[in-house]
Amino acid sequence: MAILVIAEHSNAALNGATLNTVAAAKAIGGDIHVLITGQGCSGAAEAAAKAEGVSKVLVADNAAYAYQLPENVAPLVVELTKTNGYTHVLAPAGSNGKNFMPRIAALLDVDQISEIIAVESPDTFKRPIYAGNAIATVQSSAPVKVITVRATGFDPVAAEGGSAAIEAVSSVQDAGISRFVNEELATTGRPDLGAAKVVVSGGRGLQNGDNFKILYSLADKLGAAVGASRAAVDAGFVPNDMQVGQTGKIVAPQLYIAVGISGAIQHLAGMKDSKVIVAINKDEEAPIFQVADYGLVGDLFELIPEIEKSL
Amino acid sequence: MKVLVAVKRVVDYNVKVRVKPDNSGVDLANVKMSMNPFCEIAVEEAVRLKEKGIATEIVAVSVGPTAAQEQLRTALALGADRAVLVETNDELSSLAIAKLLKAVVDKEQPQLVIMGKQAIDSDNNQTGQMLGALTGFAQGTFASKVERDGDVLNVTREIDGGLQTVALSLPAIVTTDLRLNEPRYASLPNIMKAKKKPLDVVTPDALGVSTASSIKTLKVEAPAGRQAGIKVKSVAELVEKLKNEAKVI
Repeated sequence: MAILVIAEHSNAALNGATLNTVAAAKAIGGDIHVLITGQGCSGAAEAAAKAEGVSKVLVADNAAYAYQLPENVAPLVVELTKTNGYTHVLAPAGSNGKNFMPRIAALLDVDQISEIIAVESPDTFKRPIYAGNAIATVQSSAPVKVITVRATGFDPVAAEGGSAAIEAVSSVQDAGISRFVNEELATTGRPDLGAAKVVVSGGRGLQNGDNFKILYSLADKLGAAVGASRAAVDAGFVPNDMQVGQTGKIVAPQLYIAVGISGAIQHLAGMKDSKVIVAINKDEEAPIFQVADYGLVGDLFELIPEIEKSL
Repeated sequence: MKVLVAVKRVVDYNVKVRVKPDNSGVDLANVKMSMNPFCEIAVEEAVRLKEKGIATEIVAVSVGPTAAQEQLRTALALGADRAVLVETNDELSSLAIAKLLKAVVDKEQPQLVIMGKQAIDSDNNQTGQMLGALTGFAQGTFASKVERDGDVLNVTREIDGGLQTVALSLPAIVTTDLRLNEPRYASLPNIMKAKKKPLDVVTPDALGVSTASSIKTLKVEAPAGRQAGIKVKSVAELVEKLKNEAKVI
């Protein structure tokens, strides 16, 4: 049995979620190959070769694969799957994986299994449905299992210690029907929301974007990432890539501090697997208190600076 | 250009669903059903394209039970011109639905297909991309802005870390993210008019599509419950607990 893991990377380095996905592949069991598609991605390939449990790294380095356009990446993966006989194709359930994986599955004429959180056996997996309000156990009889992996469901493999061979893929698939135009990335000095040990999130209770300053200041003291509820994003307080929830990012940090967030089910779907949840809200009836390990009722504008001072 | 919009009937997003005691699925008896929120955004975008003179005809399509006619009538009341229901009582996989939609695309020949990025019941986020593969169309997923520029569609997408714009050759498929637009409400006169708009019903068999799936749901369980913790009285107590009891800071 051979498993292909399609890496999420920034060309220069691997994203953490790739290591969680390799861990899911190890749980399935078999020979693990990692595919790096991109342009100028040798840094990511070298990092993948060092990851624990990886036996081979395939590198498709070409302008056609820059930005991982699904119209070009999907036929490449289908070709590799057929020549190398992969039984499983896995990718992290990030915005890239969600974009190209179903296209790969349909080209292979197989169903896809989205965002698994556990591996029961090589053909049986657990995944959340209904915004995480139910967990389905599904079994696939497809000849190739195409799967996206929710990174927070698996502990990452070690980033060092492996010594896989790196092999270049010469095939170039360019459908010529889509083109990258530009990208606007939000830049902060804080840790990545998906990988942070501590997350401080703000909701509508912050009242405006300027008030998020007090969360940034607390987050910097804690070495935390800053998240937001959909209400805060829709009100324009913060950019939408900070959104935690069913339709945003799924996080499971050691400590999640929800500030001025009521706790709608769509938000809880994104953070309820956090180890410790702290809620700070002036409404003691807010649903967030039903999942919080520690709740503090009061005015966040007084409490947050006070917490920062006492750290 | 002709625009095809796919809509799905799902449990209303405000409903707190319950897992059936026999673990066969989620209890949907007597539960409020609505149009999937991402599909509402897709309909709204199609209607706006028509108002801008870009779209000429909007065809709403749904795959589901007879009752999904309600959601198609809603789409008609919001501004779709006519509707097609592919009627089936089976719970279909995304691939089966994509194949049925492909058959409708072949018949209708739209220049643009707009659909939601995911349904809030199965949370799959697959159908639009799969339809892209089956039709060979380019895909603009998780769209927060759609602009036509001649034969090209510029789609701004929400990605991890920010926004990305891609240019797609037409015909193309767009899946909507929440921030693409704010859906309007259907007015009573429009709801009345929608009752007279054409709604065709076809079956998967008539479209010549097999809906067999390779995925079997073995069981559905409630997630591990999370107990409410304690309320602390002061910041000092909170910090003390986080340091010494939970040991997370």
